[in-house]
Amino acid sequence: MIITLAIMALGAIVLGAALGYASIKFKVEGDPLVEKIEAILPQTQCGQCGYPGCKPYAAAISAGEADINLCPPGGMDGVRKLADLLGREVKPLEVEEKPKQVAIIDEATCIGCTLCIQACPVDAIVGAAKQMHTIIESLCTGCELCIKPCPVECIHMQPITENLDNWKWKYPVIEIKRAA
Amino acid sequence: MLQHLFGFKGGVKPQTNKAPSVQEPIGQAPLPARLYVPLHQSIGGVPNPLVQVGEPVLKGQLIGGADGWVSAAVHAPTSGTVLAIEEHVAAHPSGLPTLTVVIEPDGRDEWISCTPLDYRSLPPEGVREALRDAGVVGLGGAVFPSHAKLTAARSVAVEQLVINGAECEPFMTCDDLLMRERAEEIVRGSAIFRELLAARRVLIGIEDNKPEAVAAMQAAVQRLGEDHEVVAVPTRYPAGGAKQLIRVLTGKEVPASKRSTELGVQCFNVATAYTAYRALAYGEPVISRIVTLTGNVLQPRNWEVRLGTPLRDLVALGQPKADTNKYLMGGPMMGFEIPDLAAPVVKATNCVIAGSPTLFPPSPPEMPCIRCGACAEVCPHELQPFELYWFARARNFGKTQEYYLFDCIECGCCSYVCPSHIPLVQYFRFAKSEIWSREREKQAAEAAKARFELRNARAEREQAEKADRLARASTARSSERKPASAVASAAVVEAGVSSALASEPAVVSSAADADAQKKATIVAAMERARAQRAAVQPRNTGQLSAQQQREIAAIEARRAALQAESPLNTVTPPERAAE
Repeated sequence: MIITLAIMALGAIVLGAALGYASIKFKVEGDPLVEKIEAILPQTQCGQCGYPGCKPYAAAISAGEADINLCPPGGMDGVRKLADLLGREVKPLEVEEKPKQVAIIDEATCIGCTLCIQACPVDAIVGAAKQMHTIIESLCTGCELCIKPCPVECIHMQPITENLDNWKWKYPVIEIKRAA
Repeated sequence: MLQHLFGFKGGVKPQTNKAPSVQEPIGQAPLPARLYVPLHQSIGGVPNPLVQVGEPVLKGQLIGGADGWVSAAVHAPTSGTVLAIEEHVAAHPSGLPTLTVVIEPDGRDEWISCTPLDYRSLPPEGVREALRDAGVVGLGGAVFPSHAKLTAARSVAVEQLVINGAECEPFMTCDDLLMRERAEEIVRGSAIFRELLAARRVLIGIEDNKPEAVAAMQAAVQRLGEDHEVVAVPTRYPAGGAKQLIRVLTGKEVPASKRSTELGVQCFNVATAYTAYRALAYGEPVISRIVTLTGNVLQPRNWEVRLGTPLRDLVALGQPKADTNKYLMGGPMMGFEIPDLAAPVVKATNCVIAGSPTLFPPSPPEMPCIRCGACAEVCPHELQPFELYWFARARNFGKTQEYYLFDCIECGCCSYVCPSHIPLVQYFRFAKSEIWSREREKQAAEAAKARFELRNARAEREQAEKADRLARASTARSSERKPASAVASAAVVEAGVSSALASEPAVVSSAADADAQKKATIVAAMERARAQRAAVQPRNTGQLSAQQQREIAAIEARRAALQAESPLNTVTPPERAAE
């Protein structure tokens, strides 16, 4: 009887020590779920979800505080991926989905106030005080954060048109045979 | 020499339809009224325009400089005037515009002075550069810059150089005619490639349905005393695919993850070898190519066409029959329907086929896949098209990649044999471009994230610095509780007592006055700012020309004069500087 208890106790101690060691040795830094969610989000950093950037939104989703349908730039595609990842229901987007776009500064109207430069989350606007500003198109995520601060309303959004670089083969159209 | 041939799996034998267009020799296409030369005609970087609107150009003049190593230059196909550099419809299935140089020919067709290159004495690097600047690209249709393929792998010596004259696509005869008429140049070009790659053997593979071309090439090899081996390979589509031809001639199978040079093989099209020889031995850049014009036309024939010739002008040469309803660029298996005949002939245009409802009947409606496996049997890359189809159709792109979608060469064998008439290749192209687009989006998102994080880090750092400054300022203020006179002198000491201050003794003397104290701090701050400015050195002053140095000296002299005039005036208005 005592031997049995001793064996069990010894086993518990050994396994407990092993588990304790493993929890220190293989400790996971950060929340892996947040990272997975963040990889799905489009990284426009636009704040349209109500959180200051994609990472805070990812953290909020992971904590169960935010819904998965708050990201308009991610579109329905993004919602579907998030639903897949989290095992939640697919929901329609809160706001209407917009085509991808870039901001354009009307350079003749720009007064060089630098307000948009401060607003841009990805440093895609170049310029200096009292100098004309311009947007580096390839870096612009289309977040629209620069539009509001502009005192002379010289920034507008332009949808990205199809060109040879982003052209895609279309899904083959399936002809439906008419029933006689 | 007896050559042991290998086989490749799969393939089909469609009707070749090559006979009509080989009756006539290669014709010279007339000069069109306008030439539309797109700048981006090869894989890789988009060449930058080097000409201005209104500028006269000569035949062979560089109009687009190669952008980076994987890129090829573009040249004017005739002499004339640049009318515009604008967006013009591209020879592309989308019919979207691309940046194009529009040239109005002057009719003189005057060459720029072509200097033959002494390529034998040039280092290999120089030859590669010359090929790039002559715009030599793979003319089989892939238009990959040839110079970038002319480097042997570091660890493996090149055993075989394969020259591809198979031309397996139905209807197409441009390589056939080129080999019949200009065999010597092809052989000489292959010899140059061989030298650059230090290849042991040169194998020229030609499908056995072109006996005239085989004979012409053999004769040329003998005449020139080379030891290239001209090999007739069995006619079976797609024997002209690079990987298939390499397999047939050498027995080596190039895996998806490797380049053929890593197995000691490299492959070039016959037309590429021809243009490379012309470029090096005559100094003639690539400004024209042989195009097969065939199909539903009265006069099928091969034409040597200047790049940039609108397809409408080319098609008119063949006199299309009345019931022509579409035009294909490339062969019927891999080509695409031309959306707009205003598009120009480019380096990738090897064949233009006029189509009619009788020649290419509209494909019957797509039926469900019955999983018969016919597509898998003919797939030359041993893929399973029916599985790929299933996943591409369901937009399950991850799975398509697991089934090696990117090994698909879009040869069209699977669509050709499909009893349910499923346009399989269209599904694969759709899936590929969807995957590429997602990859681009993902990269853009990652870059945006990195920039956002960088910006946040910067904002945090700036905030910390500001807080630090404020804290220091507040400690300084607390020390101000000491007698005022001591503070003023302390401020002066902090600024590093300067000669400028000594000239204003009033500041120090009226130490009791609060106003004077403020002034002292202002003066000290200005002094600090000046010291800081003096410490900053302009960085771009290395390697100045004599004139720039003179200008700088003059500016410095003016500045010194101004500073002597007003020692404390730190902000000099530009009007005064101009005086």
